[in-house]
Amino acid sequence: MPPVITVEHLRKVYGHHVIAVDDISFEVERGEIFGLLGSNGAGKTTTVECVQGLRTPTAGKVRVLGKDPRTHAGDLRGRMGCQLQESRLPDHLKVWEALDLFASLAPGAVDWQTLIEQWGLAEKRNASFSSLSGGQRQRLFIALALVSSPEVVFLDEMTTGLDPAARRIAWDLIEKIRGRGTTVVLVTHFMDEAERLCDRVAVVDKGNLIAVDTPRGLVVRYDPLEQVVFTCELPELEWLEGVPGARSVTRRGRRVVVEGTGALLVHVAAALVERGLAPDDLRVIEPSLEDVFLKLTGHLVED
Amino acid sequence: MTQDGTASSRAARHGVSHPGGLRVLLKLTWIELKLFLREPMTIVFTFAFPVVLMFVLGEVFGNQPGGTDERVFEGVGAMNYYAPAYIAVVTMSVGVIMLPARLTDYRSGGVLRRFRASLVPIWAVLGSQVLAALVLGVIGAVLVAAFAAVFYPVHFPDSLALLAAGFVLCSAAFAAVGTLLGAVMPSPRAAQGAGLMLFFVMLFLSGASVPMEVMSDTMKRIGDFLPLTYAVDLLQGAWSGGTWDWTAALVLAGIAVVAGVLSLRVYRWG
Repeated sequence: MPPVITVEHLRKVYGHHVIAVDDISFEVERGEIFGLLGSNGAGKTTTVECVQGLRTPTAGKVRVLGKDPRTHAGDLRGRMGCQLQESRLPDHLKVWEALDLFASLAPGAVDWQTLIEQWGLAEKRNASFSSLSGGQRQRLFIALALVSSPEVVFLDEMTTGLDPAARRIAWDLIEKIRGRGTTVVLVTHFMDEAERLCDRVAVVDKGNLIAVDTPRGLVVRYDPLEQVVFTCELPELEWLEGVPGARSVTRRGRRVVVEGTGALLVHVAAALVERGLAPDDLRVIEPSLEDVFLKLTGHLVED
Repeated sequence: MTQDGTASSRAARHGVSHPGGLRVLLKLTWIELKLFLREPMTIVFTFAFPVVLMFVLGEVFGNQPGGTDERVFEGVGAMNYYAPAYIAVVTMSVGVIMLPARLTDYRSGGVLRRFRASLVPIWAVLGSQVLAALVLGVIGAVLVAAFAAVFYPVHFPDSLALLAAGFVLCSAAFAAVGTLLGAVMPSPRAAQGAGLMLFFVMLFLSGASVPMEVMSDTMKRIGDFLPLTYAVDLLQGAWSGGTWDWTAALVLAGIAVVAGVLSLRVYRWG
């Protein structure tokens, strides 16, 4: 099956000097949640805006569902749904009017009454846009992105401004969207969001794409060391270094940290049992996407 | 849904059932109309202000031909002079106050980006504003005419057809001016300021409030450069005498075309 989105050597320069996107290539497969992860100003939004046809690339090739979004925008009407990072609706426009309007822009639109319920906007249906809170606006924009029942939907920083409970609900709904076969492109700077939702993540830094893989794959490839931690009073622990997969053993006060790869937890546990030890707080700390990100870009996402 | 169903609905989506630009235009126009009516500025400047001024002028001058002075109001009753003039003022108010504020707001606030991402054509965005403005103008004009007819014995327009034609021409000219302002002004506040200034300058120097006969030469010379002067002439001719002022009509048509073309060229997506 051909990819839903193909981006080849995308480059976007603003003015003469500002290189927003240097050279980015990737493909998005049908039915996956594809994440663009990076700090602010990394070039994520510019990249998706080029893919959406909102900006003209300086160089490179972009195809969405086999079409060039700049020259064949009409062919993509309703097949692409967008939640933009910076956009607004007229202040006095009511929630139901916005949904009704955007539903009328594309044939095959879903029943927006369902969307209004799903996204928790039912009691706000007659509220004007200006009276909505940040989270409510965000949910309305996501609902608008979905109203044409698109084949691919772009969500740019969709959970920014949502409270933790609303984020969880949004995540569940995104998984439901994908469950219906819709391809999702998720732009985010939240590691937990990318890790939880994305089938594949592209790490973007300074206008370049520095790695693409599943969240787990990125971890295995770039930061494979996991840590097994437990509490133990024994002063002498050298025997742990012989455990298969262990790279190092460190004592931090009463806590012992064994760092290594493979099925480390099982081997450490077996070794402990062999010595007649049974610490009740034995656990494994897996490297997170954040660790990988730090390793890949050399800086934290908030920087 | 079966595979077939999905495929055929996809096909239909890109085939003939593609929503026509006209339908989108009408839908947007209806929404714009509702939005304008929720805006206090519309109520004040398009509906209330002209009627209030008509009331003041009517109470001061009455409607006796030459009732105050033989030389003013072109020999007709003051209210027969002012009713068409204020219909022209309504079209101006919609054009220079409502439209620029709305269009700059859409551009700078990200509303246009939102529309564009959903592939709403720009001509539909601009067109819906202009159509909504025309409808608002009709409501405002009917209010002015009805007020004059009920409270002062104004005569029925001598040529309703010419009045209607003139009204459309005035609306088009001021809508084009307003759209151009909306395209060049950097922010809604700047647009509103410029619009209000144009509104008051035209209100007082075009013969719509102060009759031409009592204006100084300087005022008249300035008035010659103001579109409202021609709009007032055109509508007064149709109202009293049933004549068509070709000079005024041509000037207004020229303004409509030039400003309209310019604004389409200048107006950009956010």
